[in-house]
Amino acid sequence: MAAVGVIFSNIHDENIPELSHQRTMGSLPFGGRYRLIDFSLSNLVNSGVSTVGIITKNNYQSLMDHLGSGKDWDLARKTGGLILLPPFGNFDSEGLYKSRLEALKGITGFLNRRNEDYVILCDCDGVYRMDYSDVVDYHIANQADITLVCHNEEIENSSSYTVVKTDESGRIIDMKSSEKVRGNGMFYSNVMVIGRVFLLSLINDAVVRGYKSFHDDILMKRFRSLKMYAYEFSGYHATIDSLASYFKHNMELLDKSIRDELFGARDIYTKVRDSAPSKYGDSSVVKNSLISDGCTVEGTVENSILFRGVKVGKGTVIRNSIVMQDTVIGDNVSMDYVITDKNVVIRDRRVLAGCDIQPYFLSKGTMI
Amino acid sequence: MQRKKECVAMLLAGGQGSRLYALTNNIAKPAVPFGAKYRIIDFPLSNCINSGIDTVGVLTQYQPLMLNEYIGNGQPWDLDRNFGGVHILSPYQKKAKSAWYEGTANAIYQNLNFIKMYNPEYVLILSGDHIYKMDYSKMLRAHIDTGADCTIAAIEVPLKEASRFGILNTNPDGSIYEFEEKPKQPKSTLASMGVYIFTAEKMYAYLEADDNDPESSKDFGKNVLPAMLNAGERMFAYRFEGYWKDVGTISSLWEANMDLLGEEPAFDVADSHWKIHSRNPLAPPEYLGEHAVLKNSMVALGCEIYGTVENSVLSSNVVVEEGAVVKDAVIMSGTVVKSGASVRYSIVDEDVVIGEGASIGEDKAAAKGIAVLGKNISVGKNASVAAGNIVDKNIAEGEEA
Repeated sequence: MAAVGVIFSNIHDENIPELSHQRTMGSLPFGGRYRLIDFSLSNLVNSGVSTVGIITKNNYQSLMDHLGSGKDWDLARKTGGLILLPPFGNFDSEGLYKSRLEALKGITGFLNRRNEDYVILCDCDGVYRMDYSDVVDYHIANQADITLVCHNEEIENSSSYTVVKTDESGRIIDMKSSEKVRGNGMFYSNVMVIGRVFLLSLINDAVVRGYKSFHDDILMKRFRSLKMYAYEFSGYHATIDSLASYFKHNMELLDKSIRDELFGARDIYTKVRDSAPSKYGDSSVVKNSLISDGCTVEGTVENSILFRGVKVGKGTVIRNSIVMQDTVIGDNVSMDYVITDKNVVIRDRRVLAGCDIQPYFLSKGTMI
Repeated sequence: MQRKKECVAMLLAGGQGSRLYALTNNIAKPAVPFGAKYRIIDFPLSNCINSGIDTVGVLTQYQPLMLNEYIGNGQPWDLDRNFGGVHILSPYQKKAKSAWYEGTANAIYQNLNFIKMYNPEYVLILSGDHIYKMDYSKMLRAHIDTGADCTIAAIEVPLKEASRFGILNTNPDGSIYEFEEKPKQPKSTLASMGVYIFTAEKMYAYLEADDNDPESSKDFGKNVLPAMLNAGERMFAYRFEGYWKDVGTISSLWEANMDLLGEEPAFDVADSHWKIHSRNPLAPPEYLGEHAVLKNSMVALGCEIYGTVENSVLSSNVVVEEGAVVKDAVIMSGTVVKSGASVRYSIVDEDVVIGEGASIGEDKAAAKGIAVLGKNISVGKNASVAAGNIVDKNIAEGEEA
């Protein structure tokens, strides 16, 4: 496909400080054995994109560890493949980039060297399966300058999203911040297709004019003069923008129809860890749960998601919880609405509970 | 200066494995799935890389396609190397005469040029049909320390089984004075594991001589090792203690799978100090439904379990529908057990569909043998397969096989 992918791995970190304290949004564990970036990265690969630049800013060690050479996504290539784009310091830059526009400015070298006609820009706060080649085809058919991928959704919380209005042809005729809108709307899902040369000219122009924000100074100001189209995505789309939504959307994977849609047709790739298959003991009781490889379950697990290498002791009851990688839970523990980050140790007979809108969170490496 | 490797491993993976019947109709024995996510060949390959041996020739002959595809460039075992790595060695056409591999020794003989590319001091010969974790570097150390020309890994076996193996009779220092291939009256219970280390030059010489001998059946156990012993070469047994299982039969394959279960399993694949590497299934975590019952079992990624699973090993993407019962069974990837069906004391190959209400095998206590279903077949609604039967064709609705 004649498109190069660019993923912003850090862009919404501040939405989930609990989980992104030591990692990028992209390396947030999700769904038992994935990281958030696996979804956009696998979508790009499954859409036929063979070159993906990943923009990082800070805390990106966990991301680099996850991605490695890119071989697990079939992106360890001689030509193209996975290209990490760490912050690029030079004389006129003032430290790390602060906005998407500055981040893009930092990768003009990368964009200049490519020869694909189009760029697919995505964030990694979304969980969905999408064939981006459909978006590129739509973009070409409309002879659009910019195509924004949107989905119809009701977003109730206060986070700032962009809502678009289109005419019958799909051309964008209005764009607003979601704070001014109530109820359903066409939300921009932070995935965009744009001509590569056109993107470079927009960036250069923005630098000359001293613009600060790609969104405010380019998209919001120029949607009337540019040919901007909205591509409506009607499949399952989860936006991870708070600990509560992280919890909710993880739990949605217990729904077979959502699981089938996300994982059914094409593979979602992730780092391979060579874990052994999971083992269930004589006293294990597991209901409505997703269990990843390398787990050992002796107790009861209900309505929960266990990541790789989790140990659950005898007499322990885990309900409505998300237990991340390599967490060790002793015997006779009770957990309800708990999220444990990686490598947490919970000793015998501990009782932990939260509630659905405010799950009890244990940070990485905690011992209780 | 010519680059070299201290030790090159040669893995004999050409065998048909005819005693696995329907399971090896289309694949070589080393490619047979094992332990929910592995194939038999993962064990010797992982042993190699974990022992620091990064050059492995895999000799294939019978149905090699699956094995070639599985091994690929060796990346899952970290065996994709600029110099060395894993290489598939199939029989090839030569100027003088072209031939299939005629025996284990002949297979190595035909690939001496491969070994010589790495100019090794030692050659490790492995077979691709055993489940075990072994540090070959310790055996190599012993080979060097004893100044042996050939070291044979050996394990104690029960006396009643000894006549199935090559038996080593040794002096107190471990040197071998007699080698008996499958003796009727075994003198000892020290069995050869089919793992040999040769000092390279000695091996080259004996393989040349063996090839020139028209009477020879060109087999290590039958010809080359006895010839070395008769000529007075230094041959030592290297005693291995630990789990080692030949999975060349239906019942031993079933037993080895069951050995993975339990709190203190006889064989632990989750050993972080000796990781078993494999090509990993691309699948989401397994899902266990509202009414699932899961006891003493091992389950791989992508399974969807709504029924009952006990004392069983399930590979990736197996579906057990509500009301179905799987007990004392080994089920390979992609198989679907529909509602109300039962699978007991059985081995079911990949991508089998077991229809509603169908009954495969019998309770282990009552069964006369393990029921086996071959790859890709479908078993109709309410059909049944008797205990101990091996089936590799579709079974119609209600039919008894």
